[in-house]
Amino acid sequence: MNDRRACDRCLKRTWLLARLSGHLDQARGRAEEVLELADTELLAALAGPRRGAVAAEYERVQPRAIRHRVGAAGLEPICRCDPGYPQRLLALSSPPSVLHVGGGLERLLEIVSGEPVAIVGARRASGYGLEVAGSLGRGLGSAGVAVVSGMAIGIDSAAHAGALDAAAHTVAVLPGGAEQPYPPGKRSLYNRIRGAGAVVSELPPGTAVRRWMFPARNRIIAGLSAATVVVEARERSGALLAAARAVELGRAVGAVPGRVTSPLATGPHRLLTRGATIVRGPQDVLDLLFGCGVRTAPAQTRPALADDLERVLRKISDGHDTIAALARAGLPADQALTALSALELAGYVRREAGGRYMVVP
Amino acid sequence: MLARVCTFTIDGVDPRQVWAEVDIRSGLPSFTIVGLGDAAVRESRDRVRAAIQNSHFEFPQMRITANLAPAFLKKVGPGFDAALALGVLAASGQAPADALNRYAVFGELSLSGALRDSPGALAVAEGARQAGFPRLIVPRERAREAAIVEGVEVVGVSSLQAAADVVKGSEVPPLPAPEPDTSVPLPEPDLIDVRGHAAPLLALQIAAAGGHNLLLDGAPGTGKTMLARRLPSILPAMSRSEAIEVTRIHSVAGIHANGLIRARPFRAPHHTISPSGLVGGGSPPRPGEATLASHGVLFLDELSEFQRSSLDALRQPLEDGAVTIVRAQRALRFPTSFILIAATNPCPCGFAGVDDRCGCGEAELRRHRRKLSGPLLDRMDLLVSVQRPTEDELREPPAIGSAQARDRVAEARERQRERLAGTAASCNGEMDAREVRRHVRLDPAAEQALGDAYMAGVLSVRGRHRVMRVARTIADLERCDRVARGHVLTALALRQRTGSETALAA
Repeated sequence: MNDRRACDRCLKRTWLLARLSGHLDQARGRAEEVLELADTELLAALAGPRRGAVAAEYERVQPRAIRHRVGAAGLEPICRCDPGYPQRLLALSSPPSVLHVGGGLERLLEIVSGEPVAIVGARRASGYGLEVAGSLGRGLGSAGVAVVSGMAIGIDSAAHAGALDAAAHTVAVLPGGAEQPYPPGKRSLYNRIRGAGAVVSELPPGTAVRRWMFPARNRIIAGLSAATVVVEARERSGALLAAARAVELGRAVGAVPGRVTSPLATGPHRLLTRGATIVRGPQDVLDLLFGCGVRTAPAQTRPALADDLERVLRKISDGHDTIAALARAGLPADQALTALSALELAGYVRREAGGRYMVVP
Repeated sequence: MLARVCTFTIDGVDPRQVWAEVDIRSGLPSFTIVGLGDAAVRESRDRVRAAIQNSHFEFPQMRITANLAPAFLKKVGPGFDAALALGVLAASGQAPADALNRYAVFGELSLSGALRDSPGALAVAEGARQAGFPRLIVPRERAREAAIVEGVEVVGVSSLQAAADVVKGSEVPPLPAPEPDTSVPLPEPDLIDVRGHAAPLLALQIAAAGGHNLLLDGAPGTGKTMLARRLPSILPAMSRSEAIEVTRIHSVAGIHANGLIRARPFRAPHHTISPSGLVGGGSPPRPGEATLASHGVLFLDELSEFQRSSLDALRQPLEDGAVTIVRAQRALRFPTSFILIAATNPCPCGFAGVDDRCGCGEAELRRHRRKLSGPLLDRMDLLVSVQRPTEDELREPPAIGSAQARDRVAEARERQRERLAGTAASCNGEMDAREVRRHVRLDPAAEQALGDAYMAGVLSVRGRHRVMRVARTIADLERCDRVARGHVLTALALRQRTGSETALAA
């Protein structure tokens, strides 16, 4: 099944990372520096008083057994010594020793050899953020650009789902073992991604998720992608780590603006003040990747609107986004209901929690 | 000597005829009651003996056997006392047995011989009329209630002595004068108090006009409860038969005693209610809130806080308009035809959709939604969000008063009654799928809009029928014979979003 695309040494390192997972968690503030260490240094730095025993275990580990376990979990490994290993990842200070791939190694390599874009953001996102992430995924997907993200709830999942809706490729980088979904509730999304793209992890199958793995995972997301777009992020969001990594690698960074009063907009706005590119839709990302106007996002096919509906749509964009608010803007409730329904059917607006209507980008 | 007296037991909320047969013969003095009675019936012996003696009659020192027939029917409660006592009097020659055949008798006795207030007199009066008894003896407190039923002369007496006198031929005492209503009438909640809330007002009228169940969704303090409480005020007045049924149910439940109930019931049980409290149960089975809300409104505030089992128990009542309770090999049927109106927060913290105050995560939202989703939401025809009115709206004049809305609703209901004559449904909300197909005529543009929505995947088959029912009601409110595109679009905007139709949150 795997024709030796992962060498013994690299496989042994994945074993070591999994073995020292608990110790790495203690040092999670500096996880990325620690990951740069070689195996023996890792042992020395982390294993503490049990380092002798762990070192002996490490010596005894059979790469063949590891390889077997990976294969049995339905994953394909590729290590950083393989010439096919994603070139962009090698630019990281600590490229993952092995990528464990579900859904097809060749497909993953083909996807990441193109110009994939990372879309990352908050887990507790707003309806606006989810909508924008979904439409970025759809728009980029239909322009032939793959989406890389972390399959977390919120923005990540919305971006994956958008790409899948456009029948495009998408790659999910998981924190723990790639043979099962994380978070576990995302099983159906996980299966769709495995079916139409790839799921990837740095850690061997069966590794339980720990906190240090999230920043580590974010570096892989940024590393695999030609550009990183942050949709919504609070003050100390992991999405900002991915953006910081992308900056270090000299990759393009984009951010979607939000409302200045919203804590979810803090992250993107900070990135924007520091020179990130403003992302208002898929076209901005395409311009960022390929230069202005080189590639265009296929226009969405929506029926043209009658004048009165156009006016209502404009009112909604202006913030009169509930039936009550439209009534205040001079549209009686019965007419508002009819118009909102017509707009919703035509795909221009969507009803959100609490009866707010949102303009679909 | 043998005598028999007709009386009634309450089976659920329905009367069942029972014969109290009393046989007296010589032997060792004893008094036995047979015929599947409960503890209250067994204790009846002692009450009857004391009541007869204290009413200056003679309690026969002979062998007395009383039987409550039919024997298979479980007899519950103290309501047979008066019938048993009159039976004993008749069997011992102290009252005319043949005259007693014209009477049905109902009531509990006290040891002094007084007839005590006993709930359920209206149901008993209906039973007496059906069984063809010209006269019914009930406790005096219940006389007015029993007299609601026409065709039976109600004899309201306050003691066994008085009851025996009437049987012997003395004049029937006049009905007691209605109790002067001393309570200051509370102002009925009226739509005239509502400012803003344009969409919810419309939804309330649609719900009232078509008998549709309505879910109000909105942040805390926006006025969901205030709106829900005003739904009864725009429902058309109850017909006499509806009023009698409501009075009977409330009388059986022991929460009403004085005359005919005219106002539609509004029941708002607290969310800690148990399944049997909601749909009826216990031993003996008593009507639950769903039955007490019959012909009126059942309001479930904070829907997501109710136990899952309680909400699930509402499925059958919502589906069939009745609930069947099975206890000890007996099935009881309680009527439950009400409009369900429920209120809920859009998310656990309540602030989803209000700026960015909502701090609920996707998992919490999903849990909240799952709690709500499912079969109950599937029966809710309408969903409307309630938003906080603005300062300006609070100063505006009211949009519509209850009286005006009630007229509109009554007119729409009249249209439905004509259209649905000869079917089981009495309003659009009760139409089944076949009736929807037959009675909801869409014009081509409306057909197109509905087709678009169905194609877009926002509607299930059942959801499609829901939208058609609601659209039919909206057209009825606007006095249109055919359902136009605008009606369908409005119904779509007010549709319940269940399952894949993303219920309440993003």
